[in-house]
Amino acid sequence: MNINMTLIGQMIAFAIFVWFCTKYVWPPISNALHERQKKIADGLDAASRASRDLELAEQQASETLRESKEQAAEILEQAHKRSTQMIDEARDQARQEGERMIAQAKSEIDQEVNRAKEELRGQVSRLAIVGAERVLEASIDEKQHGKLVDQLAEEL
Amino acid sequence: MAGNNPTPVEYIQHHLQNLTYGYHPENGWSIAHSAGEAQEMGFWAIHLDTMGWSLAMGALFIWLFRKVGKAATTGVPGKLQNAIEMVFEFIESTVRGAFKGKNPLIAPIALTLFVWIFLMNLLKLVPVDFAPALFARFGVEYMKLVPTTDPNATLGMALGVFCLIIYYSIKVKGLGGFAKELSLTPFNHWLLIPFNLVMELIGLLVKPLSLGLRLFGNMFAGEVIFILIALLPFWVSWTLNVPWAIFHILVITLQAFIFTVLTVVYLNAAHEHH
Repeated sequence: MNINMTLIGQMIAFAIFVWFCTKYVWPPISNALHERQKKIADGLDAASRASRDLELAEQQASETLRESKEQAAEILEQAHKRSTQMIDEARDQARQEGERMIAQAKSEIDQEVNRAKEELRGQVSRLAIVGAERVLEASIDEKQHGKLVDQLAEEL
Repeated sequence: MAGNNPTPVEYIQHHLQNLTYGYHPENGWSIAHSAGEAQEMGFWAIHLDTMGWSLAMGALFIWLFRKVGKAATTGVPGKLQNAIEMVFEFIESTVRGAFKGKNPLIAPIALTLFVWIFLMNLLKLVPVDFAPALFARFGVEYMKLVPTTDPNATLGMALGVFCLIIYYSIKVKGLGGFAKELSLTPFNHWLLIPFNLVMELIGLLVKPLSLGLRLFGNMFAGEVIFILIALLPFWVSWTLNVPWAIFHILVITLQAFIFTVLTVVYLNAAHEHH
């Protein structure tokens, strides 16, 4: 157990190993570890971001669903309203048409009645004249008495 | 082994003798054949086993971590990569906790020290007779496997740390600042400068000494116990060396950790202004 040159040798060996370790051993391991650390941190970050995105998307989806439901209900309601309106309109129209047709028929009937009356009146007046002629045996001035008969006929 | 039938004392001495290469006054540059010859070589000798095994363990550390580091993916790590990363992160968090300054060199120093010392200590779990017996077959007389049971190794590393402490003290505080810290703390009065200087210098010098001797003491004591246990008859020695080895799994890790943490703490102090 003598103290000798081994002491110096060991010192030199120590220096060499430290130098080698600093230069060639420490950096790659350190880099790899730090890179992995970063990677894991990034991964965790991405995961949390993704879950947040998912939550957001779900929220959006439910919102859209709700909106579309509302819209559908609105459309349905509108259609309903429109259909009742259409039915009402059609009913009104039909009623008007019917009334108009009834009025027309009535006026036609009136016309017909008037014409028939006119005709009848004419025939009656002629018949009366003929009758009177027969009675008076042509003693009557047709011209003078025609006027009288016409007046009579109008009174009918 | 020293002889065919060594006495316990010879056995222990043999197991605690390093394979020394150096300049012997009589034999010239040669490998010492006895503890006495190693002693006579004085300072200009080198422990081949300590150097060889510590370099081998250091190379193993560099190779292993370099291999994993080069293949390191940012994806899911494999088993080996996971283990290496665990050690790496353990050291990184320890340094982050103990070192308040900003110096990118501290963490690699701590990693190197921790893994290197751990691997050197790990050699202690190799049975004590294994390496000497194996190398004796190839004509190598001595083989002390565990580098950290050699004070040269532990004090060498501690001296390296000491150099770093001095270097960073001067770099961060400047030569004047460092001198001021040595001479004007703890008592800020010019009359007490000599007293402060003695106190601070002792404090400074004790750092590497305690660092190196703590590791050496723990490992050496453990090694001696292993050798003593090995002296028991083979049918009873396992009752002691198995628990001792299991206990030492804890000790070798702990000692490597203590050396590392204290180094970081000392370097942190070197970076701090008082």
